[in-house]
Amino acid sequence: MSLFDKFLPIQEARNELLKSGVNPFHITVDKILSPTEAIINGRTTILVGTNNYLGLTFHPDAILAGQQALALEGTGTTGSRMANGSFASHRELEKAIAEFYGAPYAIVFSTGYQANLGVLSALAGAGDTILMDGDSHASIYDGCRLGGAEIIRFKHNDVADLEKRLRRLGDRSQRTLIVVEGIYSMLGDRAPLAEIVEVKKKYGATLIVDEAHSLGILGQHGRGLAEETGVEQDVDCIVGTFSKSLGSTGGFGISSHPEFELIRYASRPYIFTASPCPSVVASTRATIRIIQTHPELRQQLWTNSQHLYEGLIKSGYTLGAEVGPIMAAMIPTRELALAMWQQLLENGIYVNLMIPPATPNGECLLRLSVSAAHTKKQIEKIISAFAELPHTTPTHSNPAQVQPDAILN
Amino acid sequence: MISYAEILPQLFDTLKPFTKENFRLKEQTELVAELGLDSLQVMQVLLKIEDHFDISIPLNNLPKIRTVKDLGEEIEKLLKG
Repeated sequence: MSLFDKFLPIQEARNELLKSGVNPFHITVDKILSPTEAIINGRTTILVGTNNYLGLTFHPDAILAGQQALALEGTGTTGSRMANGSFASHRELEKAIAEFYGAPYAIVFSTGYQANLGVLSALAGAGDTILMDGDSHASIYDGCRLGGAEIIRFKHNDVADLEKRLRRLGDRSQRTLIVVEGIYSMLGDRAPLAEIVEVKKKYGATLIVDEAHSLGILGQHGRGLAEETGVEQDVDCIVGTFSKSLGSTGGFGISSHPEFELIRYASRPYIFTASPCPSVVASTRATIRIIQTHPELRQQLWTNSQHLYEGLIKSGYTLGAEVGPIMAAMIPTRELALAMWQQLLENGIYVNLMIPPATPNGECLLRLSVSAAHTKKQIEKIISAFAELPHTTPTHSNPAQVQPDAILN
Repeated sequence: MISYAEILPQLFDTLKPFTKENFRLKEQTELVAELGLDSLQVMQVLLKIEDHFDISIPLNNLPKIRTVKDLGEEIEKLLKG
């Protein structure tokens, strides 16, 4: 038995997928054409599974800022901020994201994944407790594990279950970090944040919200679910990513707690990794300015989301409970989901295929993420492609009542 | 304080609906391998047990729990506080 034998089940699963002709988890984009189009398998394809919510990846301001930084500051930083020092532009980016949130403290990380690892592992360590939503992203699971805190899950979006578990902790609830997401990446549903804030205050716990999929999307200024719910003052920390609505790479954490600034000295994912490269930092600063000055992008995203949601519902699909830029069509079986995914690709539509164990409730999903950059014509083409597919809607699922998740990360 | 000996029959009762007909639960029964529970069912079993005993089983401790006995001992430990 060698170390490599453990990969045999993965190989078998991959071979099974390859029998269908395409591996949905190893797609190559031959050429990216725009935020919403690419050449895949030699075919011009509409992209509706990219998280490029505001369509900023080709924005001329972001490209120009990146090009200038590349020429002036070079291709990379070749080390960590702790060892090599911060570039002035790293500090400027932290200032920009702090100002955007109206928070005094911000730390930038090299990826969104690392932002969760970095903030969660530093905040909650041995002797502390984490209460995390069961549908949390893998980066939250990994960040919680890295810190060494005791990790307890509560039922997805179930405030009564959260409260029950806070009560069970007794005095330990005051050394407890509650972790939720603004918009959940699989089904596109939101955390009941006002109620979560109430129980957090009642038990003296600390609350962190991951706004990865809600930054630039929710709230009057695009700051996310905490802004939309009007509870920003009661949320202790926010983490997020630059790699979705902001169209670049990197992540951040912000807070009003003065101690938050010290996390950078206690966070291994911050200390032991190369800092973000200058061109990425410059493009991100440009797109932060764009989302602050162009609220019409958000409006367009919601118009597009409404259009697509209604079209898919009319075509007979069961979707997540609320309209939003993430939509998940629930497909009864893995085989049907794969066949539908492949047919969509052949018809020039790229969506995400999501199957267990990466999905809640053991669901098979065709996941779509809408962009403000999608044209009306593209949305109509996506709806037609879905409408033409042979499909049946599962009757067992009620997306409004999400059960405990099946993600055993 | 509830002892392991008192926990065990309650645990058998809670697990019973998740077993096939005529399956005889023992202390050494392996939860995943013998009961054939998938990951979703494991979570459902745990939620039911957590509510029954009014405890939260930390995720950190799950890898160590393989048998009914392991689970009973974990419950006893958590109830002791």
